[in-house]
Amino acid sequence: MKILVPVKRVIDANIRVRVKADNTGVETANVKMAMNPFCEIAVEEALRLKEAGHAEEVIIVSAGPEKAAETIRTGLAMGADRGVHVQTDDRLEPLTIAKIIKAVSDKEGCDLVVLGKQSIDDDNNQTGQMLAALMERPLGSYISKIEKNDNGFAITREIDAGLEDLQISSPAVVTADLRLNEPRYASLPNIMKAKKKPIDAMSPADLGVEVSNRLTVVKVDEPPAREAGVMVSGAEELVDKLKNDAKVI
Amino acid sequence: MSVLVIAEHDNSQVSPGTLNTVTAASKIGGDVHILVAGSACADVASQCAKIAGVSKVLCADDDSYKNEITENVAALVKTQVGDYGHVMAPASTFGKALIPYVAAQCDVQAISDISDIVSDDTFVRPIYAGNALETVQSADAVKMMTVRTTAFELADAESGSAEVTNIDQAGATDWVQFVAQNLSQSERPELTSARIVVSGGRGMQNGENFAMLEKLADNLGGAVGASRAAVDAGFVPNDYQVGQTGKVVAPDVYLAIGISGAIQHLAGMKDSKVIVAINNDEEAPIFQVSDYGWNEDLFTAVPALQAELEK
Ligand SMILES: Cc1cc2nc3c(=O)[nH]c(=O)nc-3n(C[C@H](O)[C@H](O)[C@H](O)COP(=O)(O)OP(=O)(O)OC[C@H]3O[C@@H](n4cnc5c(N)ncnc54)[C@H](O)[C@@H]3O)c2cc1C
Ligand SMILES: Nc1ncnc2c1ncn2[C@@H]1O[C@H](COP(=O)(O)O)[C@@H](O)[C@H]1O
Repeated sequence: MKILVPVKRVIDANIRVRVKADNTGVETANVKMAMNPFCEIAVEEALRLKEAGHAEEVIIVSAGPEKAAETIRTGLAMGADRGVHVQTDDRLEPLTIAKIIKAVSDKEGCDLVVLGKQSIDDDNNQTGQMLAALMERPLGSYISKIEKNDNGFAITREIDAGLEDLQISSPAVVTADLRLNEPRYASLPNIMKAKKKPIDAMSPADLGVEVSNRLTVVKVDEPPAREAGVMVSGAEELVDKLKNDAKVI
Repeated sequence: MSVLVIAEHDNSQVSPGTLNTVTAASKIGGDVHILVAGSACADVASQCAKIAGVSKVLCADDDSYKNEITENVAALVKTQVGDYGHVMAPASTFGKALIPYVAAQCDVQAISDISDIVSDDTFVRPIYAGNALETVQSADAVKMMTVRTTAFELADAESGSAEVTNIDQAGATDWVQFVAQNLSQSERPELTSARIVVSGGRGMQNGENFAMLEKLADNLGGAVGASRAAVDAGFVPNDYQVGQTGKVVAPDVYLAIGISGAIQHLAGMKDSKVIVAINNDEEAPIFQVSDYGWNEDLFTAVPALQAELEK
């Protein structure tokens, strides 16, 4: 089995983003970037499947500008075998990204695509679902567990009401939720080794995908701020305030 | 042009989130229709027919829709998209899985988690864990989106009188086999629609200590939630998680107990009407967004609060 893991370069989860003064987006200049945390979980799971003997190769793909190669390199340092960089400076919407990933998966003959459930910058939560629909392969969204078996994969999904177990056939598309695993850190020797691993570069056009955006970003605003209120010093005071000032209990 | 809302339900009860979604749909203008895909779901269809503002209910009653398998429901929605200008579902795990799936089948770019409607093609949605609000205009012929339910009122559930039309099943996949569900059982109100939410974080130390919060929630008629740290540590199940990548809540009162207030947590609760924080670290960021902060050890504060409420 070959596993494809699509990864996205995003602003680090610990950074407090700032909306640009001209309301066209958020400040990205000189801001720390990192692999989207859900993609780290996806890479980790692919590596574990390989280490358990279920896969021969783990390929990382990222679509984006030149710097996205650094994020692919992070996946290689974690232990993936090689990378594919679909280079473009255009803004990419999930539908286009799904078309790009499908083209790469078709070309490489991948049996399983493991994505993150959500990118923490755009908070889309779309690409994996779109990919499964385009590839006409079973979707396992929001998984917290995956096991290879004779009939494909046994998965557990995190849903609003609790957990759900499904059996899906192979080949398949799955998206990783938080509890799937705890991603490993890349060791120094592995970071060195990753520098020598190959990354294939190509353009969306090379894959036969046209970048056609459907959404226009009209503006990006700062959300209304919440003010800090008052401090209380005891239960009696708190209950009194909730009952008589806020009138909510 | 009409709007199609995909109902979320458990085959016996339509979810409150569906009522919020109908309100969002009504803001677009035009007729609002609801699609119910379920198994032995006639009750759900009649409930949907009574929602104010709904003029038609389409009901597909078939075994293959029993467990909300994305592929099966998507196949049905695809056959119904027809002339609708908009297709909407609540931004629950059901809607978030379904809408992008159908959108890709229809070559449409879906819009996630809309929190406001500017016009019939322009919508507002939170990005970066709610640290920015993005306004997007769609050029697609059909707009497909999920709705942030806390941003819209509940539609009246009793005053409508729509007709129910039964429609055919649209083919089921054999790729996906339902095995089991392991659902949290609780008599408490559902987290995303509860009027009061009592949430605990890493400061709770273990799962047993959550009994204190359950007691408090029962006293107030509320639900119990948690931070990611509390879920990751195994104190409570995954469906308790409030935040950017968990559930979004906006109750009248949100009590954050032993929760530091990371941006990812705030993303899921900062639209609450009144926020109360109990934390023994006076520097905890949660105090910057709380209406009432109490700088105290939770193991002292929670029993004291319980006693005061029982008075
Ligand atoms: C990709 C990603 C997604 C995430 N999604 C979410 C999400 O959806 N929801 C979410 O909540 N988090 C999410 N997080 C995690 C988030 O960044 C924080 O790590 C998490 O919210 C911290 O949980 P906490 O406040 O319970 O724990 P901590 O930050 O450890 O805070 C514990 C608090 O308890 C207080 N405390 C300890 N003991 C006591 C006591 N005896 N009495 C009173 N107070 C006490 C401490 O002072 C501290 O403020 C996400 C992170 C990432 C990277
Ligand atoms: N530019 C990209 N390149 C490769 N994979 C991506 C890209 N954007 C999103 N993905 C994948 O899709 C997942 C979900 O992203 P999203 O749909 O944007 O929330 C991510 O966790 C990645 O696995």
